[in-house]
Amino acid sequence: MSTDEQEPSFRIASIADHALYIDFGEVIDVAVNQRVTALAKRTAEAQIAGVTGLIPTYRGLTVAYDCTRIRQSALSERLERLLGEPDAAADPVRCWELPVAYGGEHGIDLLWLADLHQLDPDEVIRLHSAVSYRVYMIGFMPGFAYLGGLDERLHTSRRESPRLKVPSGTVSIGGMQTAVASVEAPSGWNLIGRTPARSFVPSREDPFLFQAGDEIRFVPIDNEEFESLFAQPDYLPQWTWRT
Amino acid sequence: MSSFHVLNPGVLTTLQDRGRLGYEDRGVPPSGALDEMSFAIANALVGNPAGTGMLEFTLIGGQFQVGQGGCVIAVTGDMEVFIDDQPVAPYQCHVLRSDAVLKVGRALSGARGYLAVAGGFAASPVLGSVSTLMRGGLGGFAGRAIAKGDDLPLAAPSQYLPVPAQAPAQRFLPQGERQPLRVVLGPQQGHFSDAEIQRFLSESFQVSGQSDRMGYRLTGPAITHLKGFNIVSDAISTGSIQIPGSGHPIIAMHDRQTTGGYPKIATVIRADMARLGQLKPGDWLSFSEVTVEGAEDLWCERQVLLKAYLDELLMRYRRRG
Repeated sequence: MSTDEQEPSFRIASIADHALYIDFGEVIDVAVNQRVTALAKRTAEAQIAGVTGLIPTYRGLTVAYDCTRIRQSALSERLERLLGEPDAAADPVRCWELPVAYGGEHGIDLLWLADLHQLDPDEVIRLHSAVSYRVYMIGFMPGFAYLGGLDERLHTSRRESPRLKVPSGTVSIGGMQTAVASVEAPSGWNLIGRTPARSFVPSREDPFLFQAGDEIRFVPIDNEEFESLFAQPDYLPQWTWRT
Repeated sequence: MSSFHVLNPGVLTTLQDRGRLGYEDRGVPPSGALDEMSFAIANALVGNPAGTGMLEFTLIGGQFQVGQGGCVIAVTGDMEVFIDDQPVAPYQCHVLRSDAVLKVGRALSGARGYLAVAGGFAASPVLGSVSTLMRGGLGGFAGRAIAKGDDLPLAAPSQYLPVPAQAPAQRFLPQGERQPLRVVLGPQQGHFSDAEIQRFLSESFQVSGQSDRMGYRLTGPAITHLKGFNIVSDAISTGSIQIPGSGHPIIAMHDRQTTGGYPKIATVIRADMARLGQLKPGDWLSFSEVTVEGAEDLWCERQVLLKAYLDELLMRYRRRG
């Protein structure tokens, strides 16, 4: 734990002899999440022998290791040194423009959600597609992206009973978060739309579209465009670097 | 190439290797053999490169008819094995001729058994691994457990090794070890009072029927949280022991979700994961605390022992070849 008031605090915890966990705090916060992805990048660049995986989440980084190659005490010292270094200038961020067909068969909870918040459905779409979201974490299912930055007016509790099958590409709202589903899976979130982009294709050169730290902006499309893009198995959405 | 025609798939039989490593940051769990020791031994017995995919059985094996060309197999775990109705020994290489019927019966102890074929099965790796992840439909044969009527294609052995001496190898069963599962506390032990942590370490729990390759749900005493049971989601590791709202622990296994939002009271150490993988519904277990350094020493010692054992098995090929 850092004692310097100027330094944001962190905690290093053991996950048995599997991993070390650097915990930046019990919050969903863009600054905390930026520290996580910055540390993940710095740790990857350090190429520490014996480190077998880096798993960034909302509020912490898990560093998996093989104790036959590096002991946890040595790894912990290396990570503390990396944590002591000032964060480098912010790296450019990949910004995705992700087409979404909102409502109808692709977003069966849109009308209900609009009613709940006493908004016009078009206003829900406008609010949801007006901002850039940060990919805070990939988890739950292969390629499933948890996004932060949802307008407070759209915060909506999860459903009491989850649906057993929600299609791949579904865009949903759960609490203060929104998400892009990758593969068909159960979900208790509210379904507002669907993207024709496939965020996880195991056989594709890069099987995953998104990684933690990316930004996503949703672009509303109609059903016809959805069908047209969905019919192209190789379709990839556009992205640009933002510095 | 030869094949296995599935006459009876058993309860839950999947293709597994050492797992799909390095994709947890993209939401993909490692999967892989739950008892990595019995897995490694089966490959060594048939002369395969370490990490070649094989069938993992759950509680009972299955029945297979061998295709044209035959094959060489070995079964590990505490399983009954029959070739054309004749009992044969596990932990030993067997030559199966075309049309032979291989039956792997029930587990006499433990929960998992392994069937390795010289040369391995012909399955396409997904993200570097043939391990089956049923939740997600990845790897294995069509991303699912094997089913009656499937034809499982075999790959050609990379080298035609002479079949080694038929004497069975010494068994190396993780379930033979009788002591509490060893854990390191944390990373969220601060969510529990000292008294509750002591209770967790002193009580006995039972593996419930709702246990699978994703996780083992335990029944027995409920562990009470100090300050609520929701945390901001963080990573779940293999062996993580989560305490959900019910207070009944869930131990994360190889097909787990990569992230989750329950506090983790402790983590099972690596050296005890194979033994955990051999537990079945109804089995009792308890936990004891070790230090990180102690856990690391145990794993390193385990690796040295296993390597010595595997080297000894491989010597059989060299002596014959």
